[in-house]
Amino acid sequence: MSETRYKTLRDVPLQEYLAPGNPLCAGCGATPVLRMFLKALEGRAVFVNAAGCFTLLHVYPYTPFKSSWMYTAFASAPAGAQGIRDALDILIEKGKVPPEEDVKVVCFTGDGAAYDIGLQSTSGAIERGLDFYYLVYDNEAYSNTGFQKSGATPYAAATATTLPTKLQKEGHTGSKKDLFEIWRSHKPPYVATIAPSHIVDMLRKIEKASKYRGPKLFISFTPCPTGWYHDTSESIRISKLAVECGVWPLKEAIFGEVKHTYVPRVLKPVEEYLKTQGRYKHLFHPQRQEHIIKTIQENIYQYWRRVAETEKLDIIIPPA
Amino acid sequence: MRDVKAITSNLAAVEMMKVEMLTGNVAAAWAARLADVDYIPAYPITPQTEIIETLAKWIGEGVMKAKLVQLESEHSMLTAAGTASLTGARVFTATSSQGLLYGFEMLYNIAGWRAPLVLVNVSRGVAAPVTLEPDHNDVLAARDSGFLQFHAETCQDVLDLILLAYRVSEDRRVRLPSIVNMDGFYLSFTREPVHLPSQEMVEEFLPPYIPTLPFRASRPVVKGASVLGGHIYTYFKHNIHESMRRAIEVFEEASRHYGELTGRVYRPVEGFYLEDAEYVLVMSNSFTTMGKRAVLRLRDRGVPAGLVKIVMYRPFPSDQLAELLKNRKAVAVLDQNISPGMGGIIYQEVAGALYHQRNRPEVLMSVIGGLGGKYISLEEFEYIFDVLQHPEGRKPNTPLFLFRKDELESVKRALGLAGLGGEMG
Repeated sequence: MSETRYKTLRDVPLQEYLAPGNPLCAGCGATPVLRMFLKALEGRAVFVNAAGCFTLLHVYPYTPFKSSWMYTAFASAPAGAQGIRDALDILIEKGKVPPEEDVKVVCFTGDGAAYDIGLQSTSGAIERGLDFYYLVYDNEAYSNTGFQKSGATPYAAATATTLPTKLQKEGHTGSKKDLFEIWRSHKPPYVATIAPSHIVDMLRKIEKASKYRGPKLFISFTPCPTGWYHDTSESIRISKLAVECGVWPLKEAIFGEVKHTYVPRVLKPVEEYLKTQGRYKHLFHPQRQEHIIKTIQENIYQYWRRVAETEKLDIIIPPA
Repeated sequence: MRDVKAITSNLAAVEMMKVEMLTGNVAAAWAARLADVDYIPAYPITPQTEIIETLAKWIGEGVMKAKLVQLESEHSMLTAAGTASLTGARVFTATSSQGLLYGFEMLYNIAGWRAPLVLVNVSRGVAAPVTLEPDHNDVLAARDSGFLQFHAETCQDVLDLILLAYRVSEDRRVRLPSIVNMDGFYLSFTREPVHLPSQEMVEEFLPPYIPTLPFRASRPVVKGASVLGGHIYTYFKHNIHESMRRAIEVFEEASRHYGELTGRVYRPVEGFYLEDAEYVLVMSNSFTTMGKRAVLRLRDRGVPAGLVKIVMYRPFPSDQLAELLKNRKAVAVLDQNISPGMGGIIYQEVAGALYHQRNRPEVLMSVIGGLGGKYISLEEFEYIFDVLQHPEGRKPNTPLFLFRKDELESVKRALGLAGLGGEMG
């Protein structure tokens, strides 16, 4: 796809739809992503939200938003999106709403809603072919309630419910659910991963997805200073490292066909990424837990070896 | 005021109304069709499913213009119903029992969003043990959600109350959702003659739904915003309460208009043989027909019996109820529900309504019956009136359970057959 209006950061639309001074945390990785989505959709959208950090974006009677917003419940934002989309469709068809008043519908939730409590509702919406966007800001835990583990929490991360102890040295013993693959198995027109450090990649993906009718699904890497324990100024750098270390592959799937949209020539050691965050501190202090770090690194290499083979990628990975 | 001529010509139209033998479920579907609803989010559950099947068939055949979408759960169904209503669609949906409870948190949301949709609940006892037949623990669980509630005695009531519910719910003085309740099996699958009003009649009665600030490209709007602080939360809850209280008057006004068009007038609470009644039974829903039959039998024997039917359960018509019950000798409240550890739910509300009433009845007796659809025979109704006449030695607020000897025998027989007679009988 060569036809794109986004070639460099200079092409980011100037119009703003999200005012500064809102109640979100400083350094939240999701704010720039939401800001870009609003720009790409030109504010003509209703963002359907589930319980999470962003539920506090609007505290009655104030809003920093120049677009529409609907808070639903924890488990059913996709169903809320369904109701709005269906109502607009039938009202336009019956001549009760002029077509120029139509809006795009965006489901906007955290990973707790997307990976856990709202997964059934999302599956239903995709299966019904609902014409909507789903943007999940994945900060890999229930951050709004104080950072408890979710289905998106990666192996060995410390959370409020998976604290590293003498008995449980890793912290979280499970591994992150592969939501990209869960969504892709429904064969929607568009699924992608995005990151706040890669704005042009993100805008191109929104642009590409907008050409399809049906479910358009985005998982955004989302550094969370209060849960990951890093400085608020570090969020974008960490996002970049996640991509460069291969922790967060940037990819898309069009009708199920996967393609990686950014491929690092050489993967940086995952240590560089892990060391930026307090949630992985126990892997290095008081003493280094070599086998855990190695397991994480090997999992990343395994992923990329498989991808390099299927997509014939130009990437250098140490042999197994 | 409407002139007499118009009423007379309308009454002539009543004569022309189609009468069909319909189940309660199909009557509900007819009401949705006549109300020209735009959107029906659906999910199957017995004994409600016939409603959505009927609507799906009509939409498929093109006789009804609406969108029916089958969701993957009642929780999602109710969410979609609420947001569609806020977008400007007239929304109809239906569920029952477990389904109502599965989507329960959304009831509070829909009311808080002020989305004036109509939800039909086909009553069914709540598990465990799992059953299909009706009692009212499901619908009464929703009593504090902010939904208006109307309870049907007949299949005709089902149709009429749904149309009335749309009118009252959508009225700007109210703007709250409604539940219309019918009993599973006793109404849902029972055919009764139902007068179908004409489309023109319904159009005159029910003006188009004008949503409050719906989602439109030209005017961004935030809905469902969070609040910080009990003062703002209280402000919203009090608003809902005030709108709910206004709904009694709005219902009576709508009902007068409906009566002019169809000849059928509904009241929040309705009396039966009340004029000189000394012993009165308060109840609701389909068994009321049996209760009325019992009153007639007692009247034949010279007993001054009467009955009060609760049609509108939320808002609770306390004043109207107290007015109908004052100066009676003894009153029984029949609850087809149970709050374990307390007793009948409606009994407590009737007692509350009567507390400040001068000349309130001396005896207010609680009766529980019909749980899980258990049949209430004429003899049992007569027994209630017997007790009302001779309440001596009985604690009136300790509920009288309607459970016959032969029914206990039948339970014992079943346990015996299963080889459990010794330990459980």
